[in-house]
Amino acid sequence: MYRYDEFDARFVAERVEQFRGQVARRLSGELTEDQFKPLRLMNGLYLQLHAYMLRIAVPYGTLDARQLRMLAHIARKYDKGYGHFTTRQNIQFNWPRLVDVPDILAELASVEMHAIQTSGNCIRNVTADHFAGAAADEIEDPRPVAEIVRQWSSLHPEFSFLPRKFKIAVSGSAHDRAALKFHDMAIEIVRNEAGETGYKVLVGGGMGRTPYLGYTIGEFVAKQDILAFLESVMRVYNEEGRRDNLYKSRIKILANALGPEEMRRRAMVEFEEIRKGGTLQLPRAELDRIDAYFAPPAFETLSDEMPAGDTAFADWVKTNVSRHRAPGYAIATISLKPIGGVPGDATHAQMDALADLMDAHGLAEIRVSHEQNLVLPHVKMCDLPQVHARLKELGLATPNAGLVTDIIACPGLDYCDLANARSIPVAQEISERFADLGRQHDIGELKIKISGCINACGHHHAGHIGILGVDKKGVEFYQLQLGGSGAQDASIGEILGPAFGRDEIVDAVERVIGTYLDLREPGERFLDTYRRVGIVPFKNVAYGQDLHAAY
Amino acid sequence: MPLIKGGQFIEDPFFFVPDGKAFPDEKGVIVTLARFQGEKENLFAHRALVGVRLASNENPAVLKSDLARLAAVALEFPKFRDGRAFSWARMLRTRFGYTREIRAVGDFLPDQLAFMARVGFDAFEVRQDFTLDQFHRAMTEISAPYQPSADGRKTIRDLRAR
Repeated sequence: MYRYDEFDARFVAERVEQFRGQVARRLSGELTEDQFKPLRLMNGLYLQLHAYMLRIAVPYGTLDARQLRMLAHIARKYDKGYGHFTTRQNIQFNWPRLVDVPDILAELASVEMHAIQTSGNCIRNVTADHFAGAAADEIEDPRPVAEIVRQWSSLHPEFSFLPRKFKIAVSGSAHDRAALKFHDMAIEIVRNEAGETGYKVLVGGGMGRTPYLGYTIGEFVAKQDILAFLESVMRVYNEEGRRDNLYKSRIKILANALGPEEMRRRAMVEFEEIRKGGTLQLPRAELDRIDAYFAPPAFETLSDEMPAGDTAFADWVKTNVSRHRAPGYAIATISLKPIGGVPGDATHAQMDALADLMDAHGLAEIRVSHEQNLVLPHVKMCDLPQVHARLKELGLATPNAGLVTDIIACPGLDYCDLANARSIPVAQEISERFADLGRQHDIGELKIKISGCINACGHHHAGHIGILGVDKKGVEFYQLQLGGSGAQDASIGEILGPAFGRDEIVDAVERVIGTYLDLREPGERFLDTYRRVGIVPFKNVAYGQDLHAAY
Repeated sequence: MPLIKGGQFIEDPFFFVPDGKAFPDEKGVIVTLARFQGEKENLFAHRALVGVRLASNENPAVLKSDLARLAAVALEFPKFRDGRAFSWARMLRTRFGYTREIRAVGDFLPDQLAFMARVGFDAFEVRQDFTLDQFHRAMTEISAPYQPSADGRKTIRDLRAR
């Protein structure tokens, strides 16, 4: 993985000291909260319902054991003993004191981490396929380009006050595990007819109030041109993106107002101009230098046979273990979705123990997934039983990856200042309702995603079943959306109908799932059945019997 | 408004003349784009120093053919969140090769000064209570940038290559 050199280290250290000064000015009263707000946001510090919240970047979702231990330490020393992994591969701490934040950032800097640009109207933490470098179906590891983008976008002088936030995701596989089409901009590594690899660039995707799927703006951008290409799109957006209305200021609105042809034309005018300057071209040596950091570990020649184990192990392997590119290795998903738990939360003890487990098995990396789970990307298959046994002791072996209880949920009204409704209790209740593993396997792959407000941090538009919390005169209601997907077959969920009350929503979800079980044909996932039969049969059942539509 | 240029407070050689107001006798003037477009030949004929002030939604490309004669382009920040002027300044410097004054006016934060300098601003209208200490601190807090911009500073990639 990437390691800071003296320049990266100095950059982050200077940023910490800069923020220390800003915090001191706030605490002394020299800065008002209004003046301090944009400064703290540029360092990932929010003011939430109950306290400050610090959002720390996990660039492209990759951590080493030392960094995971640091997160455990921060949870223990500065917070209430746990952290929350988010849908953007960040980790959030919900209870830090303002006066401690510069020290937290300094501690993070000591392990090559930061909170730069995890908030604000700037280019945010770059996310990547959490199976990067390990997946059997991958063309190339997407993290080198993510690191190149991270460096280029860090304190970018031209693009730190954009119309709105800007999120970039990267993937190196035709199987999209990074929700590319729902991002402001996305980079997919592709191979051309000559066998060379380059980048397909998408633009204009997004969730929120007005969801859009991104479209292709560059079919095959040469590697050395990628920053010039990104900069050209960013400039069009910075100059022409709407600034009159918060809800129309994301690039998706501009991209869809202009249409692909005009958007491409404008970006190409910029691109040619930027290329003339030549300063953004990436020399081969620089690409190679960054690539070298992400070279795969030296894989041993191992048997490709799955070791035997008990039922619990077999159940876990079935859903939580994925095919690795190297024979004899596997990718293990660590579910942060225990039955009835808070999706994405991990305690300091769990994080420390995971770091120990990594050391014990020679695992250099752990990943944070946008589905709020953790991933061990390079586990020897022969080690899987031991790894599973240890995870089980830690309460981290829930065998539910991709199943109905593997729910994404935003923090919602339990924490968030923007939320209209709670998300976590709904996730917990659904998880408990479908706790039976036999039932979960019978239902099969099903992605439930819950957001507590229209901003869609819980990705409800991309859920096979999406749940959106709304507020009606101070009472929580929940809208259901069906048929969304964040994968390569991306689609935006369709609203089922009027919202359900808090005490009705889980029953409604159960009815929708029951309808799928009744209608499915052999081999069909929920999403397949939905796409075949459409929304009507689900609507008929969801609003039947004693359920009353609230509004 | 106090003006910082070249790292110090200087006496402002320009006077901003709002639309409809009469011109002063001596000083150089900065006028709005509308007024400039209506009166530019007259202005260039009678004044040594003529500048134009652009609102944040006015693309400096409209000034392209006049840049050689303009002594200053003032770019307005109607509110600090409106970051369009960062792109306008950069275009003036790197695309149009404009070398004379680019001035920041309006509602911006001291913490944006370093970004402004990087994209090509070299003059800053600041609040009365703003100090040179604050200015120098803002300019030196981050010693090397990652990305090239209009200031020609060595980037971290350049430094690595040494």
